[in-house]
Amino acid sequence: MKMKACEAMVECLKAENIKVVFGYPGAAICPFYDALMDSGIKHILVRHEANAGHEASGMARISGKPAVCVVTSGPGAVNLITAIATAYADSIPIVCITGQVNTEQIGSDVFQEADITGAAEPFVKHSYLVKDPNDIPRVFKEAFYIAGSGRPGPVLIDMPMDVQKAEIDFEYPKKVDIRSYKPTVKGNAFQVKRVMKELQSAKKPLICIGGGVFAADAQEEVVKLAHTMNIPVITTMMGISVFSDDDPLFFGMLGTHGVKSANTAVKECDVLFLVGARVGDRAVSTPLALEQTTKILHIDIDPAELGKNIRVDFPLVGDAKNVLTQLNAIAKPMEHTEWIDRLNSYRAAPVYQQPREGTVVPREFIDKLSRRLPDNAVVVADVGQNQIWTATSFHIGEGGRFMTSGGMGTMGYSLPAAIGAKIAAPDRAVVAICGDGSLQMCMMELATAVQNNIKVKLVVMTNNRLGMVRELQTNGYNGRETAVFLDGSPDFIKLADAYGIKGCRVTDAASENEAIELLAEYDGIALVEVMVDENAPTLI
Amino acid sequence: MKHTISVLVENHSGVLSRITGLFSRRGFNIESLAVGPTHDPEVSRITIIADGDQHTVEQIEKQLNKLIEVIKVRTLKKDECFARELMLVKLNCPAEKRSEIMTIAEMTEAKIVDVTLTTVTLEICARYNKLERFIEIVAPYGIVELVRTGTIAIQKGSDVMDRKK
Repeated sequence: MKMKACEAMVECLKAENIKVVFGYPGAAICPFYDALMDSGIKHILVRHEANAGHEASGMARISGKPAVCVVTSGPGAVNLITAIATAYADSIPIVCITGQVNTEQIGSDVFQEADITGAAEPFVKHSYLVKDPNDIPRVFKEAFYIAGSGRPGPVLIDMPMDVQKAEIDFEYPKKVDIRSYKPTVKGNAFQVKRVMKELQSAKKPLICIGGGVFAADAQEEVVKLAHTMNIPVITTMMGISVFSDDDPLFFGMLGTHGVKSANTAVKECDVLFLVGARVGDRAVSTPLALEQTTKILHIDIDPAELGKNIRVDFPLVGDAKNVLTQLNAIAKPMEHTEWIDRLNSYRAAPVYQQPREGTVVPREFIDKLSRRLPDNAVVVADVGQNQIWTATSFHIGEGGRFMTSGGMGTMGYSLPAAIGAKIAAPDRAVVAICGDGSLQMCMMELATAVQNNIKVKLVVMTNNRLGMVRELQTNGYNGRETAVFLDGSPDFIKLADAYGIKGCRVTDAASENEAIELLAEYDGIALVEVMVDENAPTLI
Repeated sequence: MKHTISVLVENHSGVLSRITGLFSRRGFNIESLAVGPTHDPEVSRITIIADGDQHTVEQIEKQLNKLIEVIKVRTLKKDECFARELMLVKLNCPAEKRSEIMTIAEMTEAKIVDVTLTTVTLEICARYNKLERFIEIVAPYGIVELVRTGTIAIQKGSDVMDRKK
């Protein structure tokens, strides 16, 4: 069918069942916006391009499918890079469409021209600069396929303005065939058997799950395997909420900021089974020591992750869902009573100190809030102390979901990602937890939430500091604190009021209860500011 | 340790920059890189000489394989391939040195491609080590300019790199 190329772009999105796009227009993407206007696809106008990417990321993580963001050329595209890098680090499938100057002007430094495919290259799974409008259907089809398959990740499509305005004969391809891209999805049968043999002969086996379990939608399969074989489970930050905190086999998050039960489990286990976890430095700071004492089994869909950060005894390339299904088919019930009892003895109930006058204990607040929210609530932690507090204290119920910028550690991720998550799951409670530093990196998105009535809840942990950096300076730089004071911040409750958002400040037990009720019950956008002691430590 | 890595890629614009970008951002060292089309106009072949231990070369292979436009990656062992590099060298050469240099050329299977009153330009195609030795031999005459293509390599025998992943 003959149509304008920009209309074809919209048709491609429809064919991919895209109902919402996040974006910010500009001259070079105007033809697409014109075509989008009458398409029935909802456009969410962000207030900064990076947040278009984060919102798409939040949406993709909940829906499990690639989500779309659209920005203009030059500064619009360059602003998006932080979000692209954030999605890349956490393997989140997003498709980023950028406007570009006219084809014949490329390379001549015209107004709002940036080489975005070049600039974003280190952070994309793949990218396209479309010079021939007839390539549009194939490029879009491939982009969605590449973003969502294998190890997911961001794919960028750069669209010069003249290409968008051309006329093409449109037909959306039914199939993708990229000869150079055939991700391995099924585990090698022989290797699956060997891994199972190792798991069965282990005395103190341990499963460590990562974000790959979500990417493969393999939550059920890994829970089943752990329960059939009675193997204790720990998680990286990206794997939090695959297991409910109520699961007796679950021993929490490992790593620099992890909990004792998980870190001791790693030290003491004889076989460590990594599932979709890339052994990042924050999770395992001394891989050399670990590989000497422990047999390592590792499933990953990305062969490059096997043996990259830690030596692997039994690598298994494949999609976690398929491989775990293969393992479940041959798994036999086992007991590891002594080992599990031992790990149980390392569990510690949280001890909260008496809060300073006018503040509450952040971890206690997060714990109470989580128990008041529905089990299937989505919580998005930002970056900094608030992230660790949330990761270790937010009680995950059955079907709950925790998300954060794990690999890149991008401040300002929580609010936009929560907005994207809420759009993907309007019936679930979605709470973003951030600090007063991270809020000020994304607070312009309050307007996006208000404009579209996206009923997210926002918790701001205020200590008037960049708390985690300050802690680093206290411990590692002789207490020489510099550039970590947030004096000059606005009154966040007045700010909420200015946006027409309901606000509440927590300074004591009474206001704590009131705020938790507001967050749990209020049918609208709410901002709760929790006053916390600037000396409240990151770790338990 | 030096490794010879052969890479078949889609002949698209931008592929080379993706590959060189990958090497620099992952901290892999490229000694030389040669690229050109193959008998299939849609496929280019890149030969990379890279330095690193076994773990590094494995990571290079795996990371290259992740690039969507990379069709096939193979590290060629020294004894299973023919490797060649072309070099052009311009030497200082007054008339009285001409015959000397011609003798060297004959002995080393280099070709004289250009002569002027003061210079001579030689062409030689050989393995990396042989080129290094050749440079040593001609250096005393005074090298004015030198240019090399970087090594290209092909497997011995009937072995081929197939164009499927």
